[in-house]
Amino acid sequence: MANHSTTHPAHLHHHFVDSDQQFDAAKMGMWVFLVNEILFFGGLFCAYIVFRAWYPDLFQEASHELNTLWGAVNTAVLIGSSLTVAMAIRSAQKDQQRGLRINLLITIALACVFMVIKAFEYSHKFELGIFPGEWYTYTGFEHPKASVFFSIYYMMTGVHALHVLVGIGLIFWIYRRSVKGEFSSEYYTPVEITGLYWHLVDLIWIFLFPLLYLIE
Amino acid sequence: MGRIFDFMLPELKSPATGATTDALIHFVNEVSLIFLVGITFALIYFAVKYRRRSEDDKTPVITHNNKLEITWSVIPLLLVMVVFGWGYKGWLNLNTVPDDAYEIQVTGFKWGWTFNYNTGAQIANEVHVPAGKPVKLVMKSQDVLHSFYVPEYRIKHDVLPNRYTFVWFQAEEAGESQVFCTEYCGTSHSNMLAKVIVHEPEDFETWLAKQGTGGGGTPVERGENLVQLQGCVTCHSQDGSDLIGPTFQGLWEREERLADGSTITVDENYIRESILDPSAKIVEGYQNQMASYEGRLTDEQISDIIEYIKTLN
Amino acid sequence: MATAEVSSNIKKLQVKRFKPAEDPKNTYLTDEKGLWAWLTTVDHKKIGLMYLGAVAFFFLLGGLLALALRTELWTPAKTFIEADTYNQIFTLHGAIMVFFVLVPSIPAALGNFILPMQVGAKDVAFPRLNLASFYIYVIGAIFTFIALFNNGLDTGWTFYTPYSTTTTTSVIWVTLGVFILGFSSILTGTNFITTIHKLRAPGITWSKLPLNIWALYATSIIQVLATPVLAITVLLLTMERFMGLGIFDPANGGDPVLFQHFFWFYSHPAVYIMIVPGFGIISEVITTFSKKHIFGYWAIALSSLAIAFIGFLVWGHHMFTSGQSAVATTVFSFLTFLVGIPTGIKILNWVATLYKGSIEMKTPMLYVFIFLFLFSIGGFTGIMLGSLSADIHLHDTYYVVAHFHYVMMGGTLMALLAGLHYWWPKMTGKMYSEVWGKISAVLVFIGFNLTFLPQFVMGAQGMPRRYYNYIDQFTPFHQTSTIGSYVLGLGLFITLFYLLHSLWRGKKAGSNPWNSRGLEWQATSPPDFHNFDHTPVVIHGPYDYHKPMEEFQLGLAVSHNGHGEETDVKESKVTTN
Repeated sequence: MANHSTTHPAHLHHHFVDSDQQFDAAKMGMWVFLVNEILFFGGLFCAYIVFRAWYPDLFQEASHELNTLWGAVNTAVLIGSSLTVAMAIRSAQKDQQRGLRINLLITIALACVFMVIKAFEYSHKFELGIFPGEWYTYTGFEHPKASVFFSIYYMMTGVHALHVLVGIGLIFWIYRRSVKGEFSSEYYTPVEITGLYWHLVDLIWIFLFPLLYLIE
Repeated sequence: MGRIFDFMLPELKSPATGATTDALIHFVNEVSLIFLVGITFALIYFAVKYRRRSEDDKTPVITHNNKLEITWSVIPLLLVMVVFGWGYKGWLNLNTVPDDAYEIQVTGFKWGWTFNYNTGAQIANEVHVPAGKPVKLVMKSQDVLHSFYVPEYRIKHDVLPNRYTFVWFQAEEAGESQVFCTEYCGTSHSNMLAKVIVHEPEDFETWLAKQGTGGGGTPVERGENLVQLQGCVTCHSQDGSDLIGPTFQGLWEREERLADGSTITVDENYIRESILDPSAKIVEGYQNQMASYEGRLTDEQISDIIEYIKTLN
Repeated sequence: MATAEVSSNIKKLQVKRFKPAEDPKNTYLTDEKGLWAWLTTVDHKKIGLMYLGAVAFFFLLGGLLALALRTELWTPAKTFIEADTYNQIFTLHGAIMVFFVLVPSIPAALGNFILPMQVGAKDVAFPRLNLASFYIYVIGAIFTFIALFNNGLDTGWTFYTPYSTTTTTSVIWVTLGVFILGFSSILTGTNFITTIHKLRAPGITWSKLPLNIWALYATSIIQVLATPVLAITVLLLTMERFMGLGIFDPANGGDPVLFQHFFWFYSHPAVYIMIVPGFGIISEVITTFSKKHIFGYWAIALSSLAIAFIGFLVWGHHMFTSGQSAVATTVFSFLTFLVGIPTGIKILNWVATLYKGSIEMKTPMLYVFIFLFLFSIGGFTGIMLGSLSADIHLHDTYYVVAHFHYVMMGGTLMALLAGLHYWWPKMTGKMYSEVWGKISAVLVFIGFNLTFLPQFVMGAQGMPRRYYNYIDQFTPFHQTSTIGSYVLGLGLFITLFYLLHSLWRGKKAGSNPWNSRGLEWQATSPPDFHNFDHTPVVIHGPYDYHKPMEEFQLGLAVSHNGHGEETDVKESKVTTN
């Protein structure tokens, strides 16, 4: 390796020229992945749009079965977590190790609150017999396609909840690495790109909430 | 006019629906052939004329030519716009049913077709129509997707379980045309055939009158009609040959060995159970393929079918 | 060794000439040895080869299934297998060839190997992700194999509802397999886009990017934008089967036409995922073997992007007979014709490139000629199928079957064979037998046309596809087609044998056996673990055959950071001592 004599920081992979290039590449890769995520949810939004156009009454009626208050609380919780993850990135950039760890922990806690509230919402519906698809037994309101709305509801919120779980895992992994002191103003790429992912998860919920809970 | 591509298409028996399509297909074929010959000639000519003569051949630097690029973008663009317009015209034609069209209801199922006339007459896998008169088929499916295709009329449309679709045609002369199912629908997809039988108008009236109003005849006749209409015979032969299910020939009071090893004698109750709950007792060597006819056949109709099966011994 | 000082508007670069060694001591093949080293490698070249092996395996499997189908169709009724078996075989043939062969073949196998070398990078941007995508592919394949041994699959590769929600075969295993497989494709696409943007060597501006890179770039964009929609579609289908969701199955309140929209929103762009990288290979091979500058660089580069873009707007042309709305049908037909234009532009630019060239008919070039002929037929019959009323007659007949084999096999596979023969010396360091190469190319050409030309005729005459039995009048066409498929199979088997043979007995290739100006040929054959033992510097475009070879063998004299920047190294300012 003739031209490989420059000093290499520990985090720099062999095929990159320097940290900037590595950072740029990682960030771009994440953005491309997020585009792909948007298209993935786009499929669900399409199904939503099509069925809402076909059965507008159903969507209005069925939306009343969802608990707007808890939905709103969850929205606030997620927006809060987006703020703390952004603060975590800022802490990393400023070499504030303690701030980084605390902000990551708050983010994880908020994400868990979101999941707990979600679990309560789900179990309440299951008690009523509102299951997805052919297991649907609820008789609270009359509509021949009633189960379809809840199928879409469960698919959209379920796939989103999976993303939240993955997010919790990722942020926990970042937290473990931050405890080992791997991040600094020199190197905070994983913190930044995990933050990007988390913002997207939030953003999708911000669309899901009005589309499902707030139909008038 | 001798067309070079005439051999490609089957005889056109419904010019009202197919004439535009045929002209378009010929046009595209001929223009494509001209281009293909041109490209092939250029390839071969260049390969021979400019073959490498030595390792240090010098080649000119020709990077691009905007006039050429525009030429070979615009000319094909104009041509395909012609093709688009032409195809659109033919397609509008296929979707504009004449007001005086004779209407027949069609049901597709795994694996056959039934045709219902407004007189109440019902017939399986054959649709009889008058010559020289537009006919509209209103189609729906009982189960999965099918597609109704008559190559000689250049018509095709999918048949769906949750909405009605239609095709129309106008056969000019008495005769027969083949109908295919072209949307894959399982085991006997390729046996889901039917015939269009075109009669002279007065013969058609006679034929229709002879069909009665449906549901008539003796129990055995009704049963025979039902096994055709319900598509039983696509899986259960009447001549002893082995299809997807056991043959009807000699079925009555036959000793059957079941998949679980036990044996059973075929009687009314077994046939009834097999129609309403097909998976309950599967004969050894056969798959659990049949769908339940619960709600599709009345008790009386099941009795008619049993009467008919008895006659096949 | 000559040194050159290159300056530009932005930076001054110290440049030195690096002539590649003809008989390298250290290559990526000798670098680490043993099965474990291969299975855990993050080297893009080894991952590319593993993909190539996997794709070859699936191609062999899918090909044998095809031969079984053709054999069964020798007679109008049963020849040797039952209807259900036949239906499962054509389903698997389609699913394997589309998802396991055509989609990953050129990008993941050849692209993985060549892309970083053509942009002068040491590896792709995310090497571990690259390895992960290979294993995701393997896991997807395992899921599909579970279905194969557990009741099979008989829905056709298109999984149309409600057949796919009611059949007794194991649909879920395959849909999950396809779901998993999709991520492999997405990760490859993400990796390529980032690599092309961020890891280019100094001097490789967008206007000096090889057309192969442009093609892979367009492909990656489609992969990233379309594949997630397939993922959500098969996920919904899985759930539909699992718990009767009611979105696609009319029995539960859904709509089968909606499924078709979802499915083709991916699967039509997927056709371009399969063919566009083939276009890239054609541009590389045709210039190398006519020793001439490509004609219409920007026309070819931008038409790839145009195809990628318009390709997203034409999915509805698979559904002219389905019952979609009349407006949609008309618009989709119109847009379909627009996608034909950039494709036509490419073909004519390639033909124009040959004009006044110095043409050498080596095996890769022979495959390019075969490609141009077969793909043109595929294109013209595509125009036919895009027009509304002709499609009503031809839809779901053998005409369609022949059309997509001309495009996918006559197009993608011939391009793949061209690329494989072209880069084989680079990948293995060995030359294959030129004589056998030509013999098998001719056999493939004859066999291919014998197989699929009769299918156009019988399709136009009304022979529907996916038919186990057929009416007697089609017998001669089917039998010709079956004979053709054996010839085609023989040709491909010969290819397999002489390529493998070359690994043991092939002559040493040397770094640049074709005298190409492409950057990948400035590395040794086989390349070093890091591709180049220097950071390459590019002054001329990859098609500047009028410039001397020495000006292509340049690298940074000192370690320098110039990667991924728009550093245009100007030709006029080079001074050679």
